Amino acid sequence: MSAQPDLLYSEEEEALRAAVRDLLADHCDAPGVIARTESDTPHDLAAWKALADGMGLAGLLVPEDRGGQGASHREVAVVLEELGRAVAPVPYLTSAVVATEALLACDADELLAELASGRRIGALAVALNVAPGGAYKVVRHEDGALHGELTAIADARAADVLLVPADDGGLYAVDATDATVTPQVSFDLTRPLATVTLDGARGRLLGDAEAAVHRALRAGAGLLASEQFGLAEWTLTETVRYLKERKQFNRPVGGFQALKHRLAQLWLEVVNLRAAARNAADALATGADADVAVAVAQAYAASVAVHAAEEALQLHAGIGMTWEHPVHLYLKRAKSDSIAYGTAGAHRARLAELVDLQAP
Amino acid sequence: MTDAAELQRRTAELLAAHPPATTDRLDFLKARFDAGLAWVHYPEGLGGLGAPRSLQVVVDAELEAAGAPDNDPRRNGIGLGMAAPTILKYGTEEQKQRYLRPLWVGEEIWCQLFSEPGAGSDLAALGTRAVREDGGPSRLSEAESGGDWVVNGQKVWTSGAHNSRWAILIARTDPDVPKHAGITYFICDMTDPGVDVRPLRQITGEAEFNEVFLTDVRIPDSRRLGETGDGWRVAQTTLNNERVAIGGMRLPREGGMIGPVSKTWRDRPELRTQDLHQRLLKLWVDSEVARLTAERLRQQLVAGQPGPEGAGMKLAFARLNQEISGLEVELLGEEGLLYDDWTMRRPELVDFTGREAGYRYLRSKGNSIEGGTSEVLLNIVAERVLGLPAEPRTDKDVAWKDLAR
Ligand SMILES: Cc1cc2nc3c(=O)[nH]c(=O)nc-3n(C[C@H](O)[C@H](O)[C@H](O)COP(=O)(O)OP(=O)(O)OC[C@H]3O[C@@H](n4cnc5c(N)ncnc54)[C@H](O)[C@@H]3O)c2cc1C
Repeated sequence: MSAQPDLLYSEEEEALRAAVRDLLADHCDAPGVIARTESDTPHDLAAWKALADGMGLAGLLVPEDRGGQGASHREVAVVLEELGRAVAPVPYLTSAVVATEALLACDADELLAELASGRRIGALAVALNVAPGGAYKVVRHEDGALHGELTAIADARAADVLLVPADDGGLYAVDATDATVTPQVSFDLTRPLATVTLDGARGRLLGDAEAAVHRALRAGAGLLASEQFGLAEWTLTETVRYLKERKQFNRPVGGFQALKHRLAQLWLEVVNLRAAARNAADALATGADADVAVAVAQAYAASVAVHAAEEALQLHAGIGMTWEHPVHLYLKRAKSDSIAYGTAGAHRARLAELVDLQAP
Repeated sequence: MTDAAELQRRTAELLAAHPPATTDRLDFLKARFDAGLAWVHYPEGLGGLGAPRSLQVVVDAELEAAGAPDNDPRRNGIGLGMAAPTILKYGTEEQKQRYLRPLWVGEEIWCQLFSEPGAGSDLAALGTRAVREDGGPSRLSEAESGGDWVVNGQKVWTSGAHNSRWAILIARTDPDVPKHAGITYFICDMTDPGVDVRPLRQITGEAEFNEVFLTDVRIPDSRRLGETGDGWRVAQTTLNNERVAIGGMRLPREGGMIGPVSKTWRDRPELRTQDLHQRLLKLWVDSEVARLTAERLRQQLVAGQPGPEGAGMKLAFARLNQEISGLEVELLGEEGLLYDDWTMRRPELVDFTGREAGYRYLRSKGNSIEGGTSEVLLNIVAERVLGLPAEPRTDKDVAWKDLAR
């Protein structure tokens, strides 16, 4: 029965979780994250340094002989669950997963090792909403230089190096200092987007863009489900805690059946999401059945994360509508995640092909 | 400690001594029980070896590969899923020896006499009375029986009462104490005088469940399970097992109700519409995710850390079965206007896959009612898993006889 995916967490993974959670408790408390979103430095680079440099987590997906930790998507998924729980403003998904996977598909060992060490941050210059296999914008490659503008590039502001697809089919590495990176006003304040403008920038050819981008976006989509699970679990736990304390009509409001049933339903969705996300991480790690596993996880995850955050807001009521309470960070992240790396609808359409349930 | 290798060895021994090809089905099952390979986590002498429950799959796989007969759990679901664990936990040595073997091999089918017209979700409100009549006449000698209980009342929705040899029964033995305290748990002989089983025809046309009238039914005290007045606690074992029975199942992809409708979709392109396509894909994803959750739960059990997910799985499967079968009827268009067979029958088992979409649609409506309604299960998840406050209660300290009815 080896065909069954391993859906549990190992002891090492639980230890990793505890360490990441501790670190985030020190670095990324909610008031701190809220304050940072309004500053000039939305990314928490101290937290990034502690995760990447201190714990070596940026290189989990990179084999040891190429400068990484030689772990797998399963461990990365655990890290992302915790980052989701904290809506941590660090470029982990974008650099340690998406950019790293793109480089793994190319012959770019030096840059890969730099990203793995966490000393440099990378960003794939493909709009955040593009699904694996979806069309994306490219820049012009002319006389050895790159020209053009790309929008909705997540975490580009924190990046040292941009991985840019060009019209000749190549993927190029461009130093962020050679590009103009302009912040866009982003719906999700904790994973900000930017415009990247290249005006004759020099780029280093890394390899074939299509294969690299596809691999990067598939891993991004699959592991995003773990972030969405972490986020949903936090909002559910926090809402249950609040409703046990909050009293109206001389009773804890969590004792009213209308609310109990809503929370029980939500719990069931969250538990289901954990299995789907775990399955996607395991499938990406083993390579078996990964396309279906990722499509299933992404077709399921968005509605759960958004539902959890929306319920958290409604059930916190007035206090939930305030800027001070962190629930808005979660709602914004969840809604933004529902578009990131392809909508649920896009993943369902992909699934229809994969499992032979063709459209009319 | 019995490990996987030891179980494989014992299974091979069983197969060698009783080759399935030449052994009578029931003889094989009895030999399997006696070899401790029926439910390996049960004690020795009672069909098991005291081995970890998770190792049952090892035995099952070997036996399946060898073409050994199975005990068709669908036929005696209540016996295997609910009566057996309750007898194991609360039964006397004599009771365990008497009931478990014929139960497991399927010689004796069990039913559950719990629900009453006035007591469904509020099961502890039940009114069927059992009155102690020391020394009364019984089919057993008095020494054997320890005296009789005389039972009067009515039960309802009793699945399989028409094929059953035995029933687990809860009845009120003390009306003067609060409702949960005055209940006692019995094993009822369905062939005894005074047990009247009447078919209750249901929405599907068939009569899977029954009304059961109990008139001066004499139950010897030796068929009491647990202490007098402790029946509610005993029933908790039954009810908890009822709800987890579904969790550990291992299904392949498209193994549940989504399978037939996906097949129809592939085979019959002329039926496809855009709207149905979207709904099908969503339910396909939901089914796959529920399957993965059940698989994860099973892996947790094997690892010895059962999770609370079991409480939710019945809810999930009830909803899925209902939505998928509803979609299937619509997909079938003109054929969806038809029904396979309204004949009043008394089926031995609930057979979802052997019947058509319309039957599946109607029968699955029971999935959110039988074994506790979805509303009641949501209460349980909210209170026991999430720790939310319980409903305020007005019936806790009131004697049963003084409750408003
Ligand atoms: C197919 C089938 C097979 C069955 N087989 C058996 C069997 O073999 N043996 C047996 O003993 N019983 C059996 N049952 C009975 C089943 O257990 C009961 O029907 C069930 O527990 C509900 O009880 P009720 O029908 O009296 O509904 P009620 O309890 O009257 O409920 C009516 C409605 O009120 C809701 N409700 C009740 N209490 C609450 C609450 N506290 N909060 C929110 N909502 C509430 C219910 O969810 C339901 O929607 C079977 C039922 C079916 C449908």
